[in-house]
Amino acid sequence: MHDPRTSPAFLRGMTRSRSVSRRDAFRLAGLSAAGLALSACGVQGQQKAAPKPSEVADFWSGKQKNGKVVFANWPEYMPEDRGPLKKFQQETGIAFDYLEVIDENATFFGKAEPQFKAGQPLGYDIIVITNGMQFARMQALGYLVALDHKQLPNFAANAAPKYKNPAYDPDNTYSIPYTSGMTGIAYNTKYVKEPITSIQALFDPKYKGKVGMMADAQEIANYGLLALGITPEKSTKADWEKAAALLDKQREDGLVRKYFDQDYIDAVSKGDVWLTMGWSGDVFQRQLAGEPVAFAVPEEGGTIWTDNMMIPKGAANPVDALMLMDHLYKPEVAAELTEYIQYVTPVPAVKELLSTKAAGLKGEDKEALEAMIASPLVFPSEEDYAKLHGYVSPTEPAEQEAFQSMFQAVTQG
Amino acid sequence: MRRVRATAAPYLLALPAWIWFGVFFVVPIAAMASVSLTTGNILEGFQQTFSVSNYAAAIGQYHTQMIRSLVYGGVATVIMLLLAYPMAYWIAFKGGRRKSMYLFLLLLPFFVSFVLRTISWGFLLADDGILFGPLKSAGLLPQGFHVLATEFAVIGGLVYNFLPFMVLPIYVALERVDPRVIEAAYDLYASRWAAFRRVVLPLSLPGVFAGVLMTFVPATADPVNARVLGGTGTTMIGNIIQTEYMTNNDYPTASALSFTLMAVLLVGIFVYARSLGTENVLEAAAR
Repeated sequence: MHDPRTSPAFLRGMTRSRSVSRRDAFRLAGLSAAGLALSACGVQGQQKAAPKPSEVADFWSGKQKNGKVVFANWPEYMPEDRGPLKKFQQETGIAFDYLEVIDENATFFGKAEPQFKAGQPLGYDIIVITNGMQFARMQALGYLVALDHKQLPNFAANAAPKYKNPAYDPDNTYSIPYTSGMTGIAYNTKYVKEPITSIQALFDPKYKGKVGMMADAQEIANYGLLALGITPEKSTKADWEKAAALLDKQREDGLVRKYFDQDYIDAVSKGDVWLTMGWSGDVFQRQLAGEPVAFAVPEEGGTIWTDNMMIPKGAANPVDALMLMDHLYKPEVAAELTEYIQYVTPVPAVKELLSTKAAGLKGEDKEALEAMIASPLVFPSEEDYAKLHGYVSPTEPAEQEAFQSMFQAVTQG
Repeated sequence: MRRVRATAAPYLLALPAWIWFGVFFVVPIAAMASVSLTTGNILEGFQQTFSVSNYAAAIGQYHTQMIRSLVYGGVATVIMLLLAYPMAYWIAFKGGRRKSMYLFLLLLPFFVSFVLRTISWGFLLADDGILFGPLKSAGLLPQGFHVLATEFAVIGGLVYNFLPFMVLPIYVALERVDPRVIEAAYDLYASRWAAFRRVVLPLSLPGVFAGVLMTFVPATADPVNARVLGGTGTTMIGNIIQTEYMTNNDYPTASALSFTLMAVLLVGIFVYARSLGTENVLEAAAR
């Protein structure tokens, strides 16, 4: 009946107890991300070979739990009452320190890099990083601890197959997913009367000067490639050149008003731009505030990113960190997280649990939760997944440099 | 003995400042210079090769943004000067008892963070915002008219954010002008204009010099205004340096760009100082 994406009840649910700050997360220069089904492109370059099982075993042998864990995460990624963490403390006796200190991958890595290089511990046992260039760099530079999967039974049992063994981290050597989300098109319904379905709308001359694009090289490259019908994660350097040329033309024709970091959502809700690349979460917040904005995943496909938990090198409490990471894969804990975060969970059993919970609720709460469960943005079906692409992700240094200068020339020219 | 101590005292008193200067300026600058001469990338590591090719590459790739920044900074500085001088003049000579209140009002926006002030300019200048919305519905402006996401917004933001740094030094210089000197000019049959041009203006030039220095340099290097208020084709060199450092982890290019910017600004200021230097000020006063 209702498209859950625009149902008010769902939107209430989507936005309850979340603030804008977390959304700022999915933005910013350079951080963004590579996708779920990233297939490796190009040469592996300087990528260090995966650690041998014996090395991993050596690292973990004799490591004991210390009764303490420091978790560094993004804002608005944990219920205010820290329920899932308190439960963990009750069950294991491990005290937690939860810090919301990551709000941009590039800045976080930019600041941590000298510490990593000097071999100093960051002071965190778990960090959450999007699968993008920064994550790839941490892997390649050996800044992460290879996980002991023997100590992650809940992950093994409860994670969906597509969240295991991702191309950006084969065999989940260094990371397991925390949550996923999507990049689509946000538009102002006061100015854009017909529903946006195609990515070509971003290139439509009738919106001249009213189109917003993202400044991040990977994000904008994805959309340039999708507009040409090229699958981002399988694209080659020649494809990037074509995409950059298309995006350059879009800019030269005066279609683009601005290349945005996080501030596109203000611009589109005020009507400074009419349609723009955007992250779903931002839009729901604005709809709740009564602003005339809508969100669409284009039929050519959108993109999906994953935020991953990992243990930085030098972490003081690696065993406690593993235990907490695994704890978050218990279906009931994952359900509690999903209900609050309202992005895509890697634990499929959550849907069932939340449906049962919704059946026991009444009125508005029930409606909101049911709408959330029905939403393809929170629980994408196989068909929805098929429309969602991973990120273009150059790996080899010279390739990365070429990629960045190609697309930064568009956004920063 | 006492004499030795007396001679050493000023140096000892200045020692903390020298240490601070050494640790927080000389060492980082030297490190940056060294980084700017390395080659490599984040994954393979950076090797010291004493190669200046970074400079050539960086300037080749980003000279547009560099020149744009100098133009924006220069235009903003001229506008600030035109706005600030009458303002400082008025406060210094006509402010009377309320001088300190006017200065306080001038500084009031500084109690809000730089970035927030810039963002609120974005709200003010929104296409259908409180300023242009009514003008558009009254038909005084065409519907497509916009200031945000243009170079006017960026330069306007620079002017707004740095204006007090221009007003204050000029104010201090004007405040120190002895009124009797101006009276003397009138006694010697100078017209009001001549008294201003030959007496007040030359005496205030050191303030103008300080004001230009304190605004042109940060305005040219500023990344915030271009990012918040700019659109396509308004990226400034500060944004580029930030991207190179944080996003691309290309430390040599970021360092080379920073050095180039510093060198360009230093040369510019040196030339400016020579053309407006103390001798010239005295010369002008003697004319």
